[in-house]
Amino acid sequence: MADNKIIETFDPENILEVHNLRKCFPLKKTLTGKVTRELIAVDDVSFGLKAGETLGIVGESGCGKTTLGRAILKLHQPTSGRIIFEGQDITDFKSSQMREIRKKMQIIFQDPYSSLPPRSTVGGILSEPVTVHNIVPKSQVKEYVLDLMDKCGLRDYYYERYPHEFSGGQRQRICIARALSVNPKLVVCDEPVSALDVSIQAQIINLLKKLQQNMNLTYIFISHDLSVVKFISDKIGVMYLGSMVEYGAKADIFSNPLHPYTQALFSAIPHPDPDVKMNRIILKGDIPSPANPPKGCRFHTRCPYAKDICKEVTPEFKDYGNGHCAACHLLDE
Amino acid sequence: MSDNIKNIDAETEDTELPLDKNVRLMSPTRMVLRRFFRSKLSIVGLIMVIGLFIFSFVGPLVYTQWGEIELDESGTTEYSVSETTYTVDGQTYTLRQTTEQAIKDNQLAPPSAEHILGTDNEGYDVFVRLMYGGRISLIVSFIAVFLITFFGVIMGGIAGYFGGVIDNIIMRLCDVLICLPGIPILLIISTILDSSEIDAKYRIYLLMIYLTFISWPGTARLVRGQILSLREQEYMVAAEAMGYSTFRKIFKHLVPNVMPQLIVSMSLSLGSMILYEATLSYLNLGVKAPYAAWGTMINIISTNQDVLQNHLLVWVPAGVCIVIAVLGFNFIGDGLRDALDPKARR
Repeated sequence: MADNKIIETFDPENILEVHNLRKCFPLKKTLTGKVTRELIAVDDVSFGLKAGETLGIVGESGCGKTTLGRAILKLHQPTSGRIIFEGQDITDFKSSQMREIRKKMQIIFQDPYSSLPPRSTVGGILSEPVTVHNIVPKSQVKEYVLDLMDKCGLRDYYYERYPHEFSGGQRQRICIARALSVNPKLVVCDEPVSALDVSIQAQIINLLKKLQQNMNLTYIFISHDLSVVKFISDKIGVMYLGSMVEYGAKADIFSNPLHPYTQALFSAIPHPDPDVKMNRIILKGDIPSPANPPKGCRFHTRCPYAKDICKEVTPEFKDYGNGHCAACHLLDE
Repeated sequence: MSDNIKNIDAETEDTELPLDKNVRLMSPTRMVLRRFFRSKLSIVGLIMVIGLFIFSFVGPLVYTQWGEIELDESGTTEYSVSETTYTVDGQTYTLRQTTEQAIKDNQLAPPSAEHILGTDNEGYDVFVRLMYGGRISLIVSFIAVFLITFFGVIMGGIAGYFGGVIDNIIMRLCDVLICLPGIPILLIISTILDSSEIDAKYRIYLLMIYLTFISWPGTARLVRGQILSLREQEYMVAAEAMGYSTFRKIFKHLVPNVMPQLIVSMSLSLGSMILYEATLSYLNLGVKAPYAAWGTMINIISTNQDVLQNHLLVWVPAGVCIVIAVLGFNFIGDGLRDALDPKARR
């Protein structure tokens, strides 16, 4: 893909900038350790995010949303590209240097069942990061944690309990409290509500929104649920097979989706009113394997408007006005 | 397009049925204990082991009639009569001299009020020596198991967590150590210890340190295997995202989750260490006379046919003690394994 960047230089307003991020997982290695086959999970993704904003990342399963989120936090070391957090290039930070940065960027996981250590109490889970990072003096840790639990809608007598005593929604609140215990600036929410009931989803989303206002958080909200993303995001990035196909402000993307994949995706949002006639764009075929992505435009195998050029040339990710970017040959006409 | 979420009032409160303040689910530890005590066999094992502990550690404090290496010298006194014949002036005089000879110890005495289980072929009290022998066996096996677990957890934890080259090095080292034949090398070490001037009391500890050295790979493999699967759990990613140090991640987050398996393997290897100690002492490699150990007490029969056939009380109780100890620890281990099985849900 062309080494085209949305943001050529660092914008001081941005808390996070990602330039041409690429993450490959080796599938096959020779004896000497040379990688002969690899899976490109995230391919050349670039975006910038202002403090206090929420970036929603949508896409179907296996399109690299989670890998992107984890690569930003350097839970996966990116293969290439740069991650600039608060003006610092953290791409090549060692794990000891990252430890300081970890206070400022946190993650909430999809599965509230496996992301809590089963053998410590809620109090232990929440006070550990506080003591490790010296957020408050030792004597005030318990007070701080109880205050945090209150903010996240957890009752104070949960302090002594174990995660297995709670329901999914309550566990997700514990996860949120844990992520927020170190006063982060950026939180990657990796499908935080997709494992929960719809009614609980609304609570958790609203809680996240309230906390964002109170603590001035920046979110990267990964989800496959478009209604949730529409509700919480300021900007939206649409991913397909590892690359970002469209990126822009929420209003622009929802009112005027440029990329055919985005259009198809949005046409699939279910509507609560059964009388509304839906014009669904049904995509044919399955998502190709990221280990063997198609040549040219990644989407050409399923695109209803695919032309010859799409099969050969990778489209550039270009700005079509007002920061609304997309990668599609059709838009150049 | 759905705006259904927007329409819900900005509700952030937890509306799920709250757990009552006073009603609690059992903590994992309490659940395990409950399941453990439900099994009769594990209670039997616990009683056996606790009984042995009281017998060997409290026993000698209460029953102070005899010491570990105190001979019962009250045995039969031997008189020797010497006759000397003198011939003086054609007359023959016979001089009879009766001397009270050195007191022979009260050996191989039958059970009596004095000696509950009688005495052995040296004149030591069997019952008292059983207690002291138990001390040695239990202390030695506990130390060995502790050391094995300690090194096994450290090496297995490091190998499992880091993987790659480090894992390979540690695991190949384990393979080499597992290949070492135990008893032949123990024989060699024992010979070396014989020639060096080491107090008979301490040689068993040195041998057990060697046993630790060749036994930790088993535990290390167990820990490594568990950690390999645990480190891929999402809460470990969360710990990484929290910026915890590697030490904290391994020893505060991973190892506590291996504890169930570790406890089971520890209690089972306690039994096998007791057996090992008894074997060594029986082969006259471990604890040596005059100090008592269960194995040493049985060893008497290897040189003394008479004891083997006619004085069962000298050596059978020691064997019974070994069996009780090993059975007890194995019962506890089995009970713990069942109790800690996460699939058993009651």
